[in-house]
Amino acid sequence: MAERLPKTLFEKIWERHVVVEEPDCPAVLYIDLHLIHEVTSPQAFQALREKKLKVRQPGRVVATMDHSIPTRNRSLPIADPLAANQVRQLEINCREFGIPLYDMNSPYQGIVHVIGPELGLTQPGMTIVCGDSHTSTHGALGALAFGIGTTEVEHVLAMQCLLQRKPQTFEVRVDGALRPGVTSKDIILAVIAKNGVAGGVGCVFEYTGSAIRALSMEARMTICNMSIEGGAKAGLIAPDDTTIEYMAGRPFVPKGAAWDQAVRFWKSLPTDSGARYDKSLTLDASALEPMITYGTNPGMGMPITGSIPRPESMPDAASRGALAHALEYMALEPGKPLLGHPVDVVFIGSCTNSRISDLRLAAQILKGRKVSPKVQVLVVPGSQQVKRMAEQEGLPQIFREAGADWREPGCSMCLAMNGDELRPGQYCVSTSNRNFEGRQGKGGRTFLASPLTAAASAVAGSIADVRTLL
Amino acid sequence: MEPFTTLTSRVVPFPQDNVDTDIIVPARYLKVTDKAGMDQYLFRDWRFESDGTPKPDFILNQPRAQGAQIFLTGRNFGSGSSREHAPWALLAFGFRALIGPSFADIFLGNSLKNGLLPVVVPAEVSAELLRLAEADPNLELTVDLPSQTVQLPGGKRVSFPIDNFSKQCLLAGVDQLGYLLKQEAHIRAYEASHPPLLQTTG
Repeated sequence: MAERLPKTLFEKIWERHVVVEEPDCPAVLYIDLHLIHEVTSPQAFQALREKKLKVRQPGRVVATMDHSIPTRNRSLPIADPLAANQVRQLEINCREFGIPLYDMNSPYQGIVHVIGPELGLTQPGMTIVCGDSHTSTHGALGALAFGIGTTEVEHVLAMQCLLQRKPQTFEVRVDGALRPGVTSKDIILAVIAKNGVAGGVGCVFEYTGSAIRALSMEARMTICNMSIEGGAKAGLIAPDDTTIEYMAGRPFVPKGAAWDQAVRFWKSLPTDSGARYDKSLTLDASALEPMITYGTNPGMGMPITGSIPRPESMPDAASRGALAHALEYMALEPGKPLLGHPVDVVFIGSCTNSRISDLRLAAQILKGRKVSPKVQVLVVPGSQQVKRMAEQEGLPQIFREAGADWREPGCSMCLAMNGDELRPGQYCVSTSNRNFEGRQGKGGRTFLASPLTAAASAVAGSIADVRTLL
Repeated sequence: MEPFTTLTSRVVPFPQDNVDTDIIVPARYLKVTDKAGMDQYLFRDWRFESDGTPKPDFILNQPRAQGAQIFLTGRNFGSGSSREHAPWALLAFGFRALIGPSFADIFLGNSLKNGLLPVVVPAEVSAELLRLAEADPNLELTVDLPSQTVQLPGGKRVSFPIDNFSKQCLLAGVDQLGYLLKQEAHIRAYEASHPPLLQTTG
């Protein structure tokens, strides 16, 4: 009998979901779960109407509102007429096409990539898509999950399938124990600083190694979330005991005999020994410091005690130009440290770092301390469930006593669609995922960092090394 | 979707690497529920002052950009968010082809599905095209999809890769959904043999 070829986690999920692959055509890939939000779906529903198509499998779709909704008083109507219209349109679309919607009044509303895992909608071995590039988050549970455009949203609504070319596999191996004050956010910022924002183009990352195994499920989500920032559409972590423990008891997870069967399936998913990846890189977690970005893409990051690189130290003209342009936008001086640089706003939230464990980290620093009077601090929980958990633990009180603002769940200042935004020229330490020009508000300047670094900087009123507060 | 066969046009050189979709269309313009009028948001913050006045230095505000249908990019163009508003805005401005050394994955797929052709050329060719375009605002290039070549002035041809499926869809101007709809029997068979792990309704 022929020996079974060892396979990677990615290959196992991919092969299981290929419906058909004709010669010279992309694979037709079946999608187990389709997540929807208000921003990237309206044109897709409109196209269905125009083509007189139905939603094929409403029971494999879930919708929520997160991007354009206010994070202040939700009992008031949405002030921005465009945002109000977009939210209303999602309600109409979900009602018309029979899709379950966790709207602003739902106890399960939240950022789409926070509620998927917390409700047990996200399960190992699934294919998951959403019109949102941070869908890669769900890969932390061992699901092949990636962002799609609105045309593809339409395709999945109509046929529950996508046309896809098989990506390459890329092992990101992180071994060693993290030192105090260093988190999974610092791991992923270090990976992207090392491999670049285009290093993963055409690939699916699989994060392996002892440092990844040691992380909690939520910390793993932070890593997979930013796979797209490294150029990869998806990031995966093989399911293990941490995954199974996390899944147990969640509302949409199978029960009884079906649970046992599901666990057996999940345990069959990890990459076989001897399986080969197309590319790989390694990182030593024990050597990491807290990371921070200085530029206008997530690859422009460095250890917090580092100095801003000089354009002339870059290897080619394009990167010299890009760095010079970024530092001009950021109004930062090459060769200088970032520690002590004044900060106007601190944002703790987003699909990267708004889960209960992230809020606990921030609260651990802010407890019994005051944020600098010069700094506006926003803490935005990722979901209603996270908000309730935080309330049970007394976290909002810690944040308020420190002088931070505690808000309603949503994407908020990660992309500044909902009125939570920086003013031109303001500096923000943000736990979100993108430091692009204008991402947090036109002319705003973003430093990406962990919740610990963000909280420490809020207290100091300037970029701070959290290790001095531990 | 308009068919794409052969296009001869002036070009707009835009040499920056890693131009992200937040720059192509800032998030605050994503509150629309249709595709109309996207051209006004294209490169909004680089192209216009806060009061809406065009910035004269920005290349899309210069005469050479008017009517140009080919956009020369740097590496990893379209990185970041999955917003399809980015290719919609480029198309609405009048571009039909992008030529560069590499494109971000989701952006590339979104472009192909809208009849905007991303042409991937080797880095040295991209650098040469950018140089030629900077030197000559009237430079014209021809992108020929059937032969998968870019024709430079003087007749030099550079070939580019594209998967045959996307190529046929672009040549015919047909939506890829048509192909998926024809897979109904296969999809039904798959669904019959793979019971859902999850039911979100009811």
